Amino acid sequence: MKKNYKIEVDCANCANLMQEATRKIEGVENAVVNFMTQKMSVEFSEGADPAKVMPAVLKACRKVEPDCEIEF
Amino acid sequence: MLTGKQKKMLYRIIGTTVLVIWLQFLPVDGILKLACFLGIYLLIGYDILRKACLGVINGQVFDENFLMAIATLGAFALAIYEKSGDYNEAIAVMLFYQIGEFFQKYAVGRSRKSISELMDIRPDYANIETDGVLEQVDPDDVAPGTVIIVQPGEKIPIDGIVTEGASTLNNSALTGESLPRDVHSGDEVISGCINMTGVLRIRTTREFGESTVSKILELVENSTSNKSRSEDFISKFARIYTPAVCIAALALAILPPLFNIIVNADANWSGWFYRALTFLVISCPCALVISIPLSFFAGIGGASREGILIKGSNYLETLSKVRTVVFDKTGTLTKGVFEVVGIHHSTYDDGYLTEMAALAESASSHPISRSLQQAYGKPLDRSRVCDIEEISGHGVMATVDGRRVAAGNAKLMERLNVSAIPCHETGTVIHLAIDGEYAGHIVISDVIKPTSVEAISQLHRSGIDRTVMLTGDSGKVAGQVAAELGIDQVFSELLPTDKVSKVEELLCGTNGKLAFAGDGINDAPVLKRADIGIAMGAMGSDAAIEAADVVLMDDDPLKIAKAIRISRKCLGIVYQNIIFALAVKATCLLLGALGMADMWLAIFADVGVMVLAVLNAIRCMYVKRL
Repeated sequence: MKKNYKIEVDCANCANLMQEATRKIEGVENAVVNFMTQKMSVEFSEGADPAKVMPAVLKACRKVEPDCEIEF
Repeated sequence: MLTGKQKKMLYRIIGTTVLVIWLQFLPVDGILKLACFLGIYLLIGYDILRKACLGVINGQVFDENFLMAIATLGAFALAIYEKSGDYNEAIAVMLFYQIGEFFQKYAVGRSRKSISELMDIRPDYANIETDGVLEQVDPDDVAPGTVIIVQPGEKIPIDGIVTEGASTLNNSALTGESLPRDVHSGDEVISGCINMTGVLRIRTTREFGESTVSKILELVENSTSNKSRSEDFISKFARIYTPAVCIAALALAILPPLFNIIVNADANWSGWFYRALTFLVISCPCALVISIPLSFFAGIGGASREGILIKGSNYLETLSKVRTVVFDKTGTLTKGVFEVVGIHHSTYDDGYLTEMAALAESASSHPISRSLQQAYGKPLDRSRVCDIEEISGHGVMATVDGRRVAAGNAKLMERLNVSAIPCHETGTVIHLAIDGEYAGHIVISDVIKPTSVEAISQLHRSGIDRTVMLTGDSGKVAGQVAAELGIDQVFSELLPTDKVSKVEELLCGTNGKLAFAGDGINDAPVLKRADIGIAMGAMGSDAAIEAADVVLMDDDPLKIAKAIRISRKCLGIVYQNIIFALAVKATCLLLGALGMADMWLAIFADVGVMVLAVLNAIRCMYVKRL
């Protein structure tokens, strides 16, 4: 399952780091953070519940970029 | 417009500047002065300090916040240690860093927005009529088969078929061409076009998400996720670069003084410490990290405005290295529709001959009969035709206006004992006999697109080594087309599978990259096999959009040369930025290490270079006149 989320991040390198961080979260198969369009596309593993995975994703992203926002 | 965050930042920058200047004239000294400056420092830099702390806690040690925090706190410490009371430098570094960040975020945000606006073909609503009242609904909620109403000036939100009304459509947002197109009921229309003149009722054939406009948006928005090698290089570079610089700075602060102590000279701790701090300020990799993805994004955005959709930064990069362009003939260099190109040896008026031929062939749905009808140009009165007799492999015989007309190939003429005059032109020849007498022949052939010749010559001029044409047609036709266009190499009588192996052969013998341009209808495997697959005239064709790396919205072969020029400009700017930023940084780092650079130069090397690189990157967007 793939879902797109609007994000707010204002440095390109942080976007890369957020992508790396998100990929390491359990329940995330793959993730792409697009700095230019301010979008994050997350592919969830089978059986994973986005509502449960996304808070962990946000937490991990906040660790690399304290100012970032993800709308979910 | 500034966002809330940006406004706050702007106030902090102005506040800091005013306070620092005011403080210069206040007779404060000692501890009080330090306290005042520390207060201002916290005002301008608290977020950087916070992020640096969080970074250390979260294991993200070597980021730019950390560099800035260390450099500025270090400058403070140095001023206290030396009792110089000059705290301006620490504040200035932080202030300029923030100004640079502010400007960069603003510029990036602005260009992001203007590029997104370039690509803004997303319809916001669809009109549905309920009980005689128009209602605006989210296009996402419209089921296929619903009738939507599009008024003049509105975008067609969803693909469909016109059921009522006639109008002119402007599809320049999709193709970059402002050639209007007339539609009336029964015509298929695609989303993204702007309805210009009349009200249209359209029965939707797809969901919004499956419509052309959504497909294109998805493609362009995801394109920057396909990272190019230069982008990969930079993110890898940044990953090792920052720690390396931190270690180098540490070494710079410790090793020379230790060496001085060993050789019994003055250790000069503070001098070397200052150099190390300068070093840190210079070293920020922001200029590269931000400007390169921005260049690609701007280039892709600008190209999409011209009707050239590029699926990723990596493809833009490959496109710039193309040295061989392989074309499919039919539909790519030629129109792919048959047209009457000549009428020879006619014993009647040319128009009359066409009319007779069109009427005789009126029962057939063969492309040849359609092209005859088109050449005739008027609706056919079928009641004038009777006794139609099709002789397969030969042609057709029919009675038109009481006269016996035979239209077909040379074999038919032979069979009727009519001596036909052979044609010297290439193409399909239709001989005509009227009442048993030879009446001349009509030549029908696929027509070369008006821009094909120019397209090939532009490619040659822009340094493409080799142009190749592949076709399933006979050698004679292929040879003539190639000669007319100035194509270097032709391979004819190929089956679709042969095309793949031909491209593979060509791939082996090519320096640089190979691009294949086709219409995407039956050459998807070839599009995939080439280094770069370019699909033309792909508006509405899912298969082509799927298989190709570059999609041309209209079928103008000139766009191929343009796409290559855009890619080269963009890559040129990327390399300029990489070289410029690295050269300035390397020079300043060296000067810093030698003690010849102060903080002010360091700030230029960081912020100034970044701003210049961002401005340069934005140039990628302007490709209209390329």
